Formats: sequence, C-alpha cells, structure tokens
Amino acid sequence: MSAVAWIAVGLAGGCGAVARALLTHAINVRAGRSFPYGTLAVNLSGAAVLGVIAGSGLSDDALRIVGTGLIGAYTTFSTWMFETRHADATGHRGRAVANIAVSLVAGLLAVWLGRSIGRAAF
Amino acid sequence: MLLEVRLLLAIFAGGCVGALARAGLLELAPTHAGRWPWVTFGVNVAGSLLLGWIATHRSPASRMRALIGTGFCGALTTFSTMQLELLEMLDADRLGMAVLYVSGSVVAGLVGVALGARAAPAPKPTPAPGVA
Repeated sequence: MSAVAWIAVGLAGGCGAVARALLTHAINVRAGRSFPYGTLAVNLSGAAVLGVIAGSGLSDDALRIVGTGLIGAYTTFSTWMFETRHADATGHRGRAVANIAVSLVAGLLAVWLGRSIGRAAF
Repeated sequence: MLLEVRLLLAIFAGGCVGALARAGLLELAPTHAGRWPWVTFGVNVAGSLLLGWIATHRSPASRMRALIGTGFCGALTTFSTMQLELLEMLDADRLGMAVLYVSGSVVAGLVGVALGARAAPAPKPTPAPGVA
C-alpha cells in the first residue's frame, strides 16, 4: 500500500469518526435517550454502504480507503457495547437485549442488501 | 449540548489514528473471507475495554474522551466489517463459526466495557503499615 493510500485511510477514518459523532448527536437530540437510536442508525447505514462497496468490486486501495478507513471508522462496535451495558446497568435489560438483537439482525440484512445492490449496479 | 469544534477536532484526530491502527493490523494479518477474523475480533474487544474505562472516568464534554473514546475507540472498532465477515461466513456455509463469532464478540465486548468501567484510575501503591 502506497504512502498516499495510508494517508488517505487516516483522513478517511477521521472523517468517518466526525460523521458518526455528528449524526449520533443529531439523532439523539431528536429521538431522546430512551434507546440508542443514534448508534443504531450509524451502524445500519454503514453496514449497508459497506455492502455496496464490497459488491461493487473496487480496487484494493479504494476498498481500504472507503471500506476500512471511512466506513470502518464511521460504524462502531465499542459504543454499541457501551450503550448496551449502560442500558442493562440502569435497569433496562429489555432495551439492552433489543439493542443487540435489532443491530445484529438488521445489520446482517443491511450488508446483504447493500452487497446485492452493489453487485447489480456495478 | 452542542458539539464544539475543539471536540470535533479531537474526534477527527482520534479517528485517524484508530482507523490507521485497524488498517495496519489488517495489512499485517489479512482476514480471508469465511475465515476467523482475528483482527476485527481483537480490535473490537480491545476498543470496548478502553472505551469502558475512558467513558466511565471522563465526562462527555472532556476533550480526552472525545479523542480516545469517540475518536480512537469508535474508529478502531467496527460494526460494519463484522457484519460483512458474518455474511461471508454464511456464504461459505460456516454457520457454526458465524454463531461463535457473533456471540463471542458480543460477550467479550460486554465483558470488556464492564472491566474497563471497573478499573480504577491507577492508584499509587501505598504499602499498609506492618505489611512486608
């Protein structure tokens, strides 16, 4: 991988992280704090876009920059886990279980749907 | 609470480093479709542990939490890649591995944030009097 591609992966990762923070914040302000909708929306949209990228047959470097860098940093596993534990620790076990189940089922559907679209379109 | 520019800059910087760390590990140990994804599994568990610690010990308005938590841990760990890897395991008819991967990641991630939250910020060891 070239030096330029590495720099691009880093910058893409920074952009992905900022996009996640802004979208999560915007959604949580509107939807309230009863459920971590912000992280859910980020993760599902990112899974769908990664599916499109995986299905579209990009070059290795483009895949690293957009897939690994941008979308990999945009979506997050750690915050998903933190919010799940927080829900459970504050007495909302049902919310914690729903956060895991909905993310996993809808996430798998999103990445599959995205890949089907990517394969058909490119 | 508005997201301030100083926090966004910290998130950007942390995100750069987190994505580079994950991409670098993938270069060192590439994951092949349908095989056990050690890099994603490892960074997800490690990032959960670190986020559990920083998010418990720093307020959301702290620049250190924006840098290390939202930026670095958020970008080091990834949900989308995990879902794609799961799909590829299902493509390869590795249902057992897919179930183990998803349940192992979630259990280890939850244990990670709990352990990170519990870890006290390194107190200086003060030997009790009379104890050798």
